[in-house]
Amino acid sequence: MYPRQFDYVAPTSLDEALSALGEDSKVMAGGMSLLPLMKMRLFSPGLIVDIGRIGGLDGVVDNGDHIEIGALVRHATTASNDLVAQHAAALATAASLTGDVQVRNRGTTCGALAHADVAADQTAAAIACGAVMVARSASGTREIPASEFFVDSLTSALNPEEILTSIRIPKAGPGEGSAYDKLGRRGGHSDYAVAGAAAWVKKSNGSIEDARIGVTGVGTRATLAQGVAEALIGTDGSDEAIKAAAERAVEGVTVLEDLYGSEEYKTHLAKVFTARAIKAALAAT
Amino acid sequence: MTMTATQTTSALGGVVRRREDPALIQGRGKYVDDIAPVGTLHVAFARSPYANARINSIDTTAAKNAEGVAAVYTHEDVAHLGDLIAQVVVAKARPLLANGMVKHVGEAVAMVVAESPALARDAAELIDVDYEPLPAVIDLKEAAADEKKVHDGISNVVVAWEAGPFGDPDGIAQTRQTIADAKALDDTVTVSIEAVNQRLIPVPIEPRSVLAEWNLGYGRFEVYSSTQIPHALAGAIGKTFDVPSNQVRVVAPEVGGGFGCKLNVYNDEILTCFAARELGRPVKWTETRREAPSSTIHGRGWVATATVVGTKDGEILGYELEAIADMGAYEQNFTAAIPFLGLFVGSGQYKFPTYWKATCVLTNTMTTDAYRGAGRPEAAYYLERVIDAYAREIGVDPVVVRKKNFLDKFDEAVVSPIGFALDTGDYATNLDKLVEVADYEGLKAERDKARAEGRHVGIGVSTYCEVCGFAPTGLSELGFSWATYGLPAGFSGSGLVRVNPDATVTVVIGTGPTGQGHQTTWAQIVSDRLGIPVGRIRVMHGDTNDSPMGIGTFGSRSAAVDGSATYEAAGRVAEKARAIAAHLLEASAEDIELDADGAHVAGSPDSSVAWGDIASAAYLPYKLADAGLEGGLEASVIFDPPNATWPFGAHLAMVEVDVDTGNVKLLRYITVDDCGNVINPMIVAGQVHGGVTQGIGQAMFEDAIYDSDGNMLTASLFDYPIPGASDLPSYELHSTVTPTNVNPMGVKGIGEAGTIGSAQTVVNAVVDALSPLGVKHIDMPLRPKRVWAAIQEARG
Amino acid sequence: MTVNGRSVSADVEPRTLLLHFIRDHLRHTGTHVGCETGYCGACTIHVDGKAVKSCTMLAVQADGANITTIEGMASNGELHPVQEGFWERHGLQCGFCTPGMIMSASALLADNNNPSEDEIRHGIEGNLCRCTGYHNIVRAVEYAGAKMRGEEPPPPDWERGDR
Repeated sequence: MYPRQFDYVAPTSLDEALSALGEDSKVMAGGMSLLPLMKMRLFSPGLIVDIGRIGGLDGVVDNGDHIEIGALVRHATTASNDLVAQHAAALATAASLTGDVQVRNRGTTCGALAHADVAADQTAAAIACGAVMVARSASGTREIPASEFFVDSLTSALNPEEILTSIRIPKAGPGEGSAYDKLGRRGGHSDYAVAGAAAWVKKSNGSIEDARIGVTGVGTRATLAQGVAEALIGTDGSDEAIKAAAERAVEGVTVLEDLYGSEEYKTHLAKVFTARAIKAALAAT
Repeated sequence: MTMTATQTTSALGGVVRRREDPALIQGRGKYVDDIAPVGTLHVAFARSPYANARINSIDTTAAKNAEGVAAVYTHEDVAHLGDLIAQVVVAKARPLLANGMVKHVGEAVAMVVAESPALARDAAELIDVDYEPLPAVIDLKEAAADEKKVHDGISNVVVAWEAGPFGDPDGIAQTRQTIADAKALDDTVTVSIEAVNQRLIPVPIEPRSVLAEWNLGYGRFEVYSSTQIPHALAGAIGKTFDVPSNQVRVVAPEVGGGFGCKLNVYNDEILTCFAARELGRPVKWTETRREAPSSTIHGRGWVATATVVGTKDGEILGYELEAIADMGAYEQNFTAAIPFLGLFVGSGQYKFPTYWKATCVLTNTMTTDAYRGAGRPEAAYYLERVIDAYAREIGVDPVVVRKKNFLDKFDEAVVSPIGFALDTGDYATNLDKLVEVADYEGLKAERDKARAEGRHVGIGVSTYCEVCGFAPTGLSELGFSWATYGLPAGFSGSGLVRVNPDATVTVVIGTGPTGQGHQTTWAQIVSDRLGIPVGRIRVMHGDTNDSPMGIGTFGSRSAAVDGSATYEAAGRVAEKARAIAAHLLEASAEDIELDADGAHVAGSPDSSVAWGDIASAAYLPYKLADAGLEGGLEASVIFDPPNATWPFGAHLAMVEVDVDTGNVKLLRYITVDDCGNVINPMIVAGQVHGGVTQGIGQAMFEDAIYDSDGNMLTASLFDYPIPGASDLPSYELHSTVTPTNVNPMGVKGIGEAGTIGSAQTVVNAVVDALSPLGVKHIDMPLRPKRVWAAIQEARG
Repeated sequence: MTVNGRSVSADVEPRTLLLHFIRDHLRHTGTHVGCETGYCGACTIHVDGKAVKSCTMLAVQADGANITTIEGMASNGELHPVQEGFWERHGLQCGFCTPGMIMSASALLADNNNPSEDEIRHGIEGNLCRCTGYHNIVRAVEYAGAKMRGEEPPPPDWERGDR
């Protein structure tokens, strides 16, 4: 209940925040993932850089060909924002299924992505929606595709001196749709994902022209299920085609057993939810 | 000012909004951790990371030198106090702090006392312990084999409770022979289930907390603890520190749920008192949620084989249960007695011959003890699961099978096959009502229609008979008492009722409620007897200064026992009030009737005297001398009923399973409980809601898991999911009323009934849903992974 | 920060949780500590009108915020409709989760005063109760919603069935 001692700064500009970051520091936005770990003393950074007072990071912005979700946009906003609903429905759903009301009121989409929990919801959705992660440091800006952002359990591609200042998601065009579905730890949608999948599809002339599928919960990180997309593209999106494609949901993934499922079960679930997400995404086109 | 709630006028049997609530809904309830005397020091424990290890050395130097630290204690500092006192210790009591060995993960090794909780926690991390890890005994069957010992030189087998029926050792062989003979017949069917009734963590939302002060001048302890048993704690403190019991005050203020886990005296309570006396300052320890699985008892933890033999048309010829029950590493309050509570209802509400055995074994895990139902949910689970399996095997409706084997209706004591006298019962009427209110036939049609559409819908039913209202004091001979705490008391009830000079009423009872609404219910009891409105009656409990004797709140006993004591005490006060009124009105006492305003002569409302005049006369004895009456208007009663009470009921669950994921959705939950007469239906319904939810929690979500090395894998709510609002439907509650004859109000008890009836109801429903696929049993909790695996296995 | 309409200020260690600031510094002990992982919701308060778990927020993060705790819910001697609902519909037993539950339910109803049962259940899923099975909490929120809409609350269960 009582974290170890740490230093704390709450800069009001991004430059100040970036210059404060170092090896033993940690960026905090909502703190929903970070503070419980610190209270349990499982993680004890020497310096917390609270970015909550930096202006200009709390918006969902229309940038022409993409939307941009700032570092301080809360899950509740991501879940209810019209632009997100229109262009990244999978992410909106995933945000609405993240945590509970209180967590969604404080926690941020970018924070959850940077935290890279293996059982998080929005990670898979970010991958499926083709999000690009914008990482700023004192020395410049990097853009990292979501599919390359999640490296390992609780490890993202961010360096200690970087802040995930926003994510950019391409706007949805005609025939495009996305969706997310999962099984929660308490069954249904409750709690972290035992397994979950997000799908984005583009349909034209009755066949699937393009697709991206993100899978979460089953391995050490959220992953792009490239094989599923390959199998799906060019098909008519029939139940049979979806089922066959979903068989490739965990290709290249090391599925890990935990309290909520065996390797076999989680592999199976990944396929089930991949199929369900694809079906829902097609229905949303 | 709108701070009043809707009230009905009827006292006993009517809905009265709770008198506890105005404080609690405004954040004004005081729980232990809310109490902070000036100068309070705070405790943190260093705990063992090993399930079994020798302690080679403990270095506390750095901790003692850390900022804000007042003291650091290890075993040698408290060795003179002896082990933790417990009521039933057969094999091994808990040391206050680890004595050279640790026997479960999280065992307290050292205690830090510091200026703030954070500083205590900081310093506890600096304690350096050199452990020599040893192999742990975790698996129950391995423990029962008794080759590898938990404690050197002590058998892992603490006790084996065996009956058939109880108290008749010769009968056991005969009963087993009867059952064996039945199995050997050609036209009988034998069905067995081996099932785990998994270990559970109680999780009251308020973690335990204790605050102790030592008054040097008086030589007196003042202790606030989140406990269900303040008097037993006072006794234990007095005995441990050799302080007279009337110099130990224990207060259980608001207590945020207990469910049995606060029905225990804990080492942290004794140690906090020790530190307070050593340091001369108030000392507080508040459990963190993550340490709770190491500091507070667990429940259940059985593996058992249940067998039924019966005819092909549903007549059961015998039932056998052979169980191994997990005690953990040390015995605390009632540890080894808990399975015995299951034995009480080993044959349930049925009439067939029953053989029942539970072997209690030690393991390198946290102690188990009473958790809501305590032995009875386990007993009901096995009995009702295997009867369901038998019904399914012979293709007869489970409701029909149950009814066929019930004991007939009785209103005088009947001895059950397992050997205990049941008070009253009418099981068939109760089950008939469930069939009617649930529209059982309609539900079955709905289920079959869903099945035809390819959905997997199931209906589960369970009946139960439980035992509660603990008393009588004769049970003290079986260990059910507080004798080792220096209180030579069986489980009687106490109630004191006093009409004050201003015609208000003070009631003092010996219970330790944790949300059961005693301030309201007891006011109703007293109001019913005296006529004085509930609003003028104050009920006090949980403070050993107020009442000399109190057994606490557990085992669904408070209303039946302490409530009856209060009922009788209020009756005596009413009698005295009538005598005083008769004197004042110059009438005969037999003609006096009491009401809200005072007393009047029956049939002559104008011939009346106000409560204020009755009360003031009572405190001016000269006014009563002529009538030969003494002063005062109060009575105190110790109530000792001739038997415990035996509530019963029938539950039904309807579920749908997603066979692709194993996800179970609870669609409906319907109960028909019979707890005898009801004092406040609103409160009784609340008890059923909560009880059922804890049974559903066991059936679907909860599982306290140790790995094979004894590491606790489910120490936080991340990994120990309890039911949330979105996981559950609204419940549909109904009742039958079969009053008991062992107490004057005819009340039986309802605190645990919901839990005892529910876990197997849900499992029966899920098995029903999946029976077309060939699934016969799934162990709890029915997490999707287990349900899915069972489907795969059944499908081959 | 402002707490229940009063301006308060103090110097605290960075590690002081908002929860402990409220309980230990301000002595508003109606906000409870039930877990340490942000799961139980017993510590729920309103920060700038939103339901937030005060155990998962540093006191320094709330610098300048407008905070309401359970102690600030009744005004001028009148209970908030949600408090009234909990009393009327037996929405509490031990009372420990109750302040947090009331804070979540009141935030829910502030956004939507006519929620479905499903919306109520999801609206309070961040608050754990071990006593009531949530049944009467849902009834309490329905009662409060009706009151806030100026309607007659649905009758209590015990007037509808036999228990």
